[in-house]
Order: sequence, then C-alpha cells, then structure tokens
Amino acid sequence: MADNKKLAFLDYKSDQNVRWCPGCGNHAILNALQKTLAELELPKEKVAVISGIGCSSRLPYYMDTYGFHTIHGRASVIASGVKVANPRLSVWQITGDGDALAIGGNHFIHAIRRNVDINVILFNNQIYGLTKGQYSPTSKRGFISKTSPYGTIEYPFRPGELTIGARGYFFARTIDKEIKLSVEVMKAAARHEGTSIVEVLQNCVIYNDNTHQEITDKRFKDDRTIILEHGKPMVFGKDRNMGLVLDGTKLRVVTIGEGGITEKDILVHDAHSEDPTIHLKLADMEYPDFPVALGVIRDAEAPVYDQCAAEQIEEIRNKSKIKTFHDLVTSGEVWEVK
Amino acid sequence: MAKKSKVIEREEVVVRFSGDSGDGMQLTGSLFSFSSAVYGNDISTFPDFPAEIRAPQGTIGGVSGFQVHFGHSEVYTPGDKADVLVAMNPAALKANLEWLKPGATIVIDVDSFDDKNLAKAGYKSNDPIEEDNLGSYNIIKAPITTLTKESLKSMELDNKTILRSKNMYALGLVFWLFNRPLKDTEKIIRDKFSKNERVAEANIRVLEAGYNYGVIIQAGTPSYHISPADVKPGVYRNLNGNRAIAWGFLLAAEKSGLELFLGSYPITPATEILQELSARKDLGVKVFQAEDEIAGISTAIGASFAGNLGITSTSGPGLALKSEALGLAVMAELPLVVVDVQRGGPSTGLPTKTEQADLLQALYGRNGESPLVVMAASSPVNCFDYAFYAAKVAIEHMTPVILLSDGFLANGTQPWRIPENDEFPDIIPPFVEKPAQEWNVYERDPEKLNRYWALPGTPGYQHRIGGLEKDFLTGAVSYDHHNHDKMVRIRQQKIDRIADFIPPLEIHGDEDAELLIVGWGGTFGHLYTALEEIQKDGKKAALAHFSYISPLPKNSYEVLKRYSKVVVCELNLGQFAGYLRSKFPDITFDQYNKVEGLPFTVAELKNYFEKILEK
Ligand code: SF4
Repeated sequence: MADNKKLAFLDYKSDQNVRWCPGCGNHAILNALQKTLAELELPKEKVAVISGIGCSSRLPYYMDTYGFHTIHGRASVIASGVKVANPRLSVWQITGDGDALAIGGNHFIHAIRRNVDINVILFNNQIYGLTKGQYSPTSKRGFISKTSPYGTIEYPFRPGELTIGARGYFFARTIDKEIKLSVEVMKAAARHEGTSIVEVLQNCVIYNDNTHQEITDKRFKDDRTIILEHGKPMVFGKDRNMGLVLDGTKLRVVTIGEGGITEKDILVHDAHSEDPTIHLKLADMEYPDFPVALGVIRDAEAPVYDQCAAEQIEEIRNKSKIKTFHDLVTSGEVWEVK
Repeated sequence: MAKKSKVIEREEVVVRFSGDSGDGMQLTGSLFSFSSAVYGNDISTFPDFPAEIRAPQGTIGGVSGFQVHFGHSEVYTPGDKADVLVAMNPAALKANLEWLKPGATIVIDVDSFDDKNLAKAGYKSNDPIEEDNLGSYNIIKAPITTLTKESLKSMELDNKTILRSKNMYALGLVFWLFNRPLKDTEKIIRDKFSKNERVAEANIRVLEAGYNYGVIIQAGTPSYHISPADVKPGVYRNLNGNRAIAWGFLLAAEKSGLELFLGSYPITPATEILQELSARKDLGVKVFQAEDEIAGISTAIGASFAGNLGITSTSGPGLALKSEALGLAVMAELPLVVVDVQRGGPSTGLPTKTEQADLLQALYGRNGESPLVVMAASSPVNCFDYAFYAAKVAIEHMTPVILLSDGFLANGTQPWRIPENDEFPDIIPPFVEKPAQEWNVYERDPEKLNRYWALPGTPGYQHRIGGLEKDFLTGAVSYDHHNHDKMVRIRQQKIDRIADFIPPLEIHGDEDAELLIVGWGGTFGHLYTALEEIQKDGKKAALAHFSYISPLPKNSYEVLKRYSKVVVCELNLGQFAGYLRSKFPDITFDQYNKVEGLPFTVAELKNYFEKILEK
C-alpha cells in the first residue's frame, strides 16, 4: 500500500453498482468477505477473487481487488492456476451450488484432493437463480422447480460430505445473514493453508425464498443449529442445555441434566483432528434429527499443493546441473559439424 | 575393414526396422539414426507403433516399426519406401511388403519364422519368400535368435535378457551393411545402461557379433555407402516434434522473463510435451497435470492472468473440450498457447496416426465471433521455432494462439542445429506502463491493438476481467449494443494486424511456373521433395507452404494470384482449400487430399502434379 493507513471494509468495494436482487443473501456475504479482508489487513492488490458463472459469481466485480469472472464450473481450476502461478496472492473462489457441484463437480473434488491453497466460498441456495429457477444438485429430494414440476427424483449432494470424501482438510458452514459468524469462518478459511471450503446457506429471495428458513429463522435458529468451536463442548439450544454425545458410532442429541447426562458427557469439538470420521458426522447432521452444524467443522493440516510445487522446483533446481536453456539443449547426445 | 563384394554408392537410403512391439525396434532405429547423423548424413525418421500397448505377439497388429531416411544431401521426409527392411518375425515381413522398393534388401530372423509365427502372420505355407513372391529381393536369412544366444553363452544371463538383446544383432548387421563404425553406438549403449553394466556389455557383444556375421557372409551381399551431407556447421542433436515444442516454450520463457506454466492432460500423440516439461523443474517450469482437458486450459488461463506464460497441450478431442475456455481467453485478451498435435478423427479416431483435419476446429470451433491466431509447424525440428513464435505472438499481442502440429511431426526426428542465443529475438510483454490512475483496463496499443497486462500483486492496478462483454475502454461489463459491435470488430482487427508482424509467404521453386503447390503444416517435407523431383525431370513448379494461417501472411493473395494452376494439398478433405476460397473467391483452387492416417508419399504427389502439368 502506498499509504500505510489501515483499510476499512469499504475500501474493498469497487465502483460498480451491486446488481443482485434486493434482499438477496449475496449482499450480506459480500459484506462479510470485505470485512474479512479488512480484519485480516490484506492489501487489496494481494487479493485475487475468481468466480465461475451464476448469481454469486458476479461478486468479483464488486471488489476493488484483482478479479476474474470466468466460465461455468471452472473457477476452481482457474483459481488453482492463479495460486500456483503466484503463491503470494490470497486467492478466493466465489461459486454457487450449480457452479461448484454440478458443472464444476469434477474440478471441485480435484481442487480439494490436491489441496491448493484457495478459499472457496460456496453460496448454497439450492436453486439455479440466474437461469430463473431450476433445481440444483443441492435441492432437496422431491423439490418442485421449473424443471421438476412433479418433484425431483434425485438425492442432493451434501457439500461437507463431498469435501471430506475428496480428502478435504477444511470445511466450515455459515448463514448469509450471520455476518459475524461468516467473518469468523472466512478468517479461519484464509488462515488455513490448503483448500478451504466455506458453505454459506444463502437465501434466493426470488426463486427459492426461505429454503433455509426452518433452521435460519431467528425464532428457532438456536435450537436447530449448533455453532462448533474447536476445543469447546458441542452445546446448543436457546437455553444452552442441549448437546451432542457419541453413542457407539453414532451422534446423539441429549439434554443436559436429563437421564444422568452432565456437561462432561458432551463431545468436545476437535476441528484439527486428522481423522475426519466425526467431522463427517457433524457435517452431515440435518434438521429435524439434528441441529445443523455451523462454524469450522474441520480444519486439519496437510501438505499444500502450491507450496510443494514450489519446493520441488527449488529442490530440483539446486540439484540439477542444468541451469539454463543452453545447458539443457547441449546435454546428452550431441555432435559437432565443423 | 571387410571388403564388400559390391559397394553401392547412393545419394540416399531408407531403412526400416520392424518387429514385434516388444522387440525394441524403436531403440534400434534411434541408435541407427544417431550414428548416421553423427557420421554426417542428413536424416529424417519416423516411428510407427501399434495403438495398443501390448497387441498380441506375432500378429500384424502388433508390429512396431521405425523408418530412417538418410542421405548425402538434405532429406525432408522419412522416405516413401524402404531400401532395407529388417523383419524380426513373419508379421513384420508381411506388414511391410507394401513399403519396399523393388529389389530391396530384407534381413530376416529365420529363427522366428516357425509354423506358429507364420500362421499368426497369416501365411498359409512355410515359405513366405515363395508365397509372397520375393524372389527378386535380396534376402539375408540370419539365425539371429540362435546367434544372439550363442554370443552370450558365457555370460550366464537369464533368457529374457538374452532375447531382449537380439535387436542389437540386427543393428550390428545393418551397421555392417552401411560400413558404419560401432564406437558411437557403443558409447550410447554404455550411457543408457550405466546402471547395469552387464546388460550394457551383453548388448555391445551382440552388436559386434551381428557386425561380424556380416563380415562372414559378405559374399553376394551388396552394401551401401552414403557420403556425408554438406550441412551447416554447428552443434547438432536429434529432435522430434514434441520435444521441439516443449523446448521452444522453454526458450520463450527465458526470452520473455516469464515463468512457464503448463496445464495439461495426457492424450496421444501430445503426451510427450507434458512429460518433457514435467521433467524440466530444473528450469523452473510449473506443470499442472489436470483432471481433464478443460482443467488443463483453465489452469493455464489462470496462470496467464497471474502473469505466467500459460500453455496447454492436447490433440483434437482435447481441443474440442477446451473450446469454451478458449473463448474466455479471447474475451479476457490474455496470452495463451494451445498446442494441438493432430491425429486421425473424428471422435477417438486413429489416435496414433497423423491427419490435418483439426484446422477448421482451430479456426472456428468456438461460440461467437472468436478470432485467434492459428499457426502450424512444418517439420519436426521447426516445431521448436513455431512454439517459440507462438509464445511470442501470444504474449506481445495478448491473444490465445493455437499451434497445430500432428502425429507425423510429433514422433518424427531430424537433426537439429542448436541455435545460438541471438538467433531468436527477445519477447517483450506489454505490461502497463502508465500510472494506475490514468490507465484503463481495455485501452489498447495504437499499433498492435493489444490491451496492456497488469499483474495481480501490483499495487493500484486492481481490476476485474471476465467472459462478459467489456466496455471498449474501461473493461467494465457492458451490454450496450454499439459497444458490442465495436468490441467484436476490434478483437478481429487485433488478430488481422498480426499480419504486419509475421514473415511473408515464401515461394520455393520456379517463380515463373504455371503450377503452384500449396500446403500447410506437417506436409512440407513431402511436398518439397515432390517439387524437387518434378524439377529434376525438367518441369517447372513452385511451392507455397503456409505456417501462419490466421492471420494469413500479407502477400498471400499476391503469391496465389501469380500462378494459373493452384493445387492445395492436405491430409483432410480440403479444409485449407475451403478457407482460402473464402478469403480469395476469385482464385480457383484445385485440391489433392488423402485421409488414411498416413503422410503423403512423394510418389503419389509427383504423380498427381505431373498429371496436372499435362492437362
Ligand atoms: S435470483 Fe436469487 S440468487 Fe440471484 S440475485 Fe436474485 S435473489 Fe439472489
């Protein structure tokens, strides 16, 4: 930065008018991202925001950072290319449920498998908004939409399960309007080295209004969600009297003080555990059987692709006798004609 | 040195090594080509291997071949037909009969000509010489398997190692046939098997035994002598087209100061480019083996956005998958090179065979008005030059470039004179120089019309690009209809202007001829040789061979217009001819096409040209 003044979140706004529908959850997510960058004090020029296609993917235009609005489904590979080409950049991928999990599903799982250091914000509104309302790969089974007038006959993907299935090391979940929580998980995602997936339960007011309502509504959110924090017991509920225990190999919801359950029996969240077994169970919890898990569900360490790529180059460079193009072409089977 | 009963002095000779895919014919062929090149002959080689990795042993489908053409003067093709065939089994003999010159010398391993192998090759009798009417050929029947075993008797090797080295026996025999010293080859064998000295020793022993066998049987066998070619002084090495392409990019990276990034997915016959660059970590190359073709090009686009030289390599089916992302690179106006090593199509087609049928896909295979640069290499070694220039054009003009190669160039080798450092120009990326406040994302260089490159990480130049239509100046999203028209036109003009920066179309042969032969890409060697041959017969003709296809060289019309008969020759049904007709509707183009998955033969071309000249 030319002047050393601290950036405020407004500094990350570009001069473009935001053109999402009024009331769309995307506005809040944009704010959360800008706040995150400000709190992390990331210089604007160090940030590259890469998106695919869909409503959410317009986001880069609203950021005064480097940005690339690419093609449908390919954001994670373009972002991977950016990160490997210049590992000093903080690379953010903005994507939706259709972009990441339908047309871009293959790239999504492979980015996670490689563990390229990119932060993926996955806007999950369970619908195709930009094409005006078709079911998506996260729409609930039976969901009625323009292309499923009689209800879908497919099961949805669960982004957390997919992430962990692809050997993901970071998965978090938040709700669009919970800006404070979003900032916390986005900061954690940025700090995590490797691919971080942040699923944001986003409301599309136009084509799928209230799809997350039964868990995000203020009136019952506390009872139907649980905010996980590393090292803390998994307690939830308006009265903080409910919790999760492990019963055999299954998670179970219990009420503290009932049936002899005390606070000590409640599972303590270990986000850093390499073993993803519990993380997977937490990520898969669905209402009404369970509270939906929010916060950082998994945040474990693993080798990072772009770092390893750079290290390997460094190592071979130091070892090899070939230092220049000329060294290469004159090595091996050559002969001279005089 | 043994005296030969008959030494034939020849201008050029074609040798074909052929055997089962496990017989080591590729190695044998490359060792022979290397020794010929070092001896001072000009060479051109071409391997021919089966599409299946392990086709059934002993069958015609499993035959693997390697052809070497070497000569006293320059040679431009691996040769139509062979003067000498080494056939390690009956299938190899049967498969190659069509490719022999009359009276050719055939070396066979008689040990492998047993009933079982003869039947597998489709022979009905146990006398293939009689059955195929080979009486007029000069056949050397050598018990290669037996004699290989014999010469390694004292070494106590396992049977597999022994049988693996019988190709060296055949090679030794061929060395004798051409009066070649063994020492260069022995050195390479020692290097190659430096980790296993016994294997090296065994191979050399068998090589010498093969040579000595020649000395013993010399009576009645003619041998050849081809004196060295008159080649430009310098340091040389053999190079095939795929490796040449990889190396051209390495030089481009060095000359531009950019880091090289390859995003790619394995596909025949382009895989070797990916492999070669993967090994070049010592030169800092970043290689991303992607999950698919789309990811290959997309990572390269991302890398270009971030300031690397982004490259992707593929073949026709892969290019089809990359087309949407190519459109993004057109729109975002970023440098990118896509290498398409063409193979037989459509669909999976003939993966190991050559063809030129991706031209229209390269030119037009995208949605919208989506102009880009299309170039084509024309010989295995000039793949190096064109890879370099493809990168130069991509960077300096901020555009995607498709570089066309093909299966023939990819695997063919020629001696390559290692260029001096100053033989290739610097590449100057058009980085933004203006202060950030005065700069607009889509403002253009007044001459080349490229936009300028601002790299992520540079303070003050934050900007957004993408696949949506851009405002003419600011690059902000614009749905304005006048603006779109303007942008479509300027993207086209930017490509058209590149014609001012590329070399003019060259004419080989007679300026005052009636007949102009027109070609593009990998057919140059065959077309040029056919031209030389008709000129030798006292007829006049000229050749114009295109390497820049979009845009065409500026003098194209003027050259084409000069000749009364223009014939466009290509390995497809006439794609380039159609393209030229669309550009120059007043010129009449005749066409000569072949789509067999094989290169042209000089003979068929010559024959066709002569017919035209008689008309
Ligand atoms: S269509 Fe839905 S997702 Fe898209 S901007 Fe409008 S409210 Fe948001």
